[in-house]
Order: sequence, then structure tokens, then C-alpha cells
Amino acid sequence: MTDERLSDADDTSTASSERMERLAAVRPRLLSFARLHLRDNALAEDAVQEALIAAIEKDASFAGRSGYETWVFGILKYKILDLMRYQKRQGRLQSLDDENDDEAIDRQFRQSGRWQHDARPEHWGNPDKVFENEHFWQVFDACMIALPDNTARVFSLRELMGLSTEEICRELDIRENNCWVILHRARLRLRACLQQGWLKEETA
Amino acid sequence: MMMCKGATRLMSLKQDRRLTFQERLSLRFHLSMCGACRQCDRQFSLLHQLGERFEADLGDATDDQGASPPDSDRQG
Repeated sequence: MTDERLSDADDTSTASSERMERLAAVRPRLLSFARLHLRDNALAEDAVQEALIAAIEKDASFAGRSGYETWVFGILKYKILDLMRYQKRQGRLQSLDDENDDEAIDRQFRQSGRWQHDARPEHWGNPDKVFENEHFWQVFDACMIALPDNTARVFSLRELMGLSTEEICRELDIRENNCWVILHRARLRLRACLQQGWLKEETA
Repeated sequence: MMMCKGATRLMSLKQDRRLTFQERLSLRFHLSMCGACRQCDRQFSLLHQLGERFEADLGDATDDQGASPPDSDRQG
């Protein structure tokens, strides 16, 4: 360990300047992630800025492990959660009770509980191909913005930030059951929106 | 019998917690008969992979040493 450290000492500055370049390159993606979750440009800029500063400050503790971007991403996720907690303490997070509007979902089903003809889920193709498609991500972005704030927040905590529903309940002071209902709603709305905006245009 | 709307509730739940035996059984039964719901099930799974995918793609902007596999610390 010590030997490695010594022989690496000369490379330290080159290594960190290389990492600075990587930070600059990954910044736009971090920003779009933060925007997806925080739904506010200025806040997203703050979160990314803080994450980048923390990454530079803690550069030594990273110590060349693989997956530098993943490590920075982890810092960003932590900063985003921090900002969200701050918003919550300030009372700036809407309460979760005011979004019981199921209309958007009911539109997808007939009275009988079967799919409406024009809402029937269609084949999206191979997931790898879907994720490689730049347009898919653009439509996803737009569909997230179209979601009500709280629905989007819970979805993002679960599916983008990777928290468990139990952790989400703790963060937002909601019951797990409520969380599952919100996620069901979010997924149905997103799938409909994605199918409409992306698949329809792709095949048009 | 469970209709599509109820089936989507279980498909969604499946991404967040382990279904009970009874839930799994009724979902499987419904999916075996309903092509539209099978597609919906795939769509929900795809949505569930978004975060990991986002993370895996991060390194692509700069990476020349191969991205490491994302840590699977997600539940469900």
C-alpha cells in the first residue's frame, strides 16, 4: 500500500487534472439528473455545484478506485436529498394530500377495468435500444415535467435515486401504502405519456 | 376476477416489494391471458431500470477505461 502511494506520488497532479476534465465532461448529465429530481434550474445548479466542489475536495479519498463518475453521482444524490430535506424543513414541499386526482389514470381504463382501446400498452422494443435512443430521454424529461410535483418527487426518489419505499416514507413522512399508490399512479401516467410522445412519433 | 386496472396495481407493487403468494398467483394468471398487460409489465420494468441506466451511462461521456458495473443497492 505504502509503496504504491510513493510510486504514484508523481502522477498525482496529472491524475487529478484528468479527473477535473472528467468532471467537466459529466457535468451536463449531472445537471439534467438534478433537474429531473428538483424541478428547478437554480436549485439543480446549486446541487451540482456543491457536488463538484465536494468531489474536488475529497479527491484524495477517492484514491483511484474505478467508477469515478459513479462516485461523483453518489455525492450528487446525497446533495439532492440534503436540499430536499432543507426544502421540507422550510415548509416548501407541498403536502402530499392534494394530489388525489385519479382522472389521468381513469382515462386509461374503461369502467369495467379493462384498457381503453387507445391507451393499450404497446411493445416498446428491446430495452437496450430504448435507452440508447436520445429521443426517448427527451420525451421522458418532458413526461416527468408533466407529472404533478409530488408524484414526480416520489417516482424520482424511488426509480432515479434508488431509495426503497420505506426510506421514502421516512423522508417524506408518508405511509408506505400511500407511497405505493403514488408510484402506481406515476408509472401509469409515465407509461402513457412515453407511449404517446415517443413511440407514436418514432413509428410515424 | 382481477381486471387490467387491478393487475397494473400489482405490476407496480412488484417493483417496490415482494408480492405475496396470492398476489403473484393472480398476477401471473392475468398476465397469461392479457397481452396488453404483459406489455405494461415490461414498460414498468423498463421504468424501474432508468436510474441504473442513467448511472451506467454517466461514464460514457468521458470513459476510456470501461465503465464499472453499477452497484446494485436498489431494492425490489
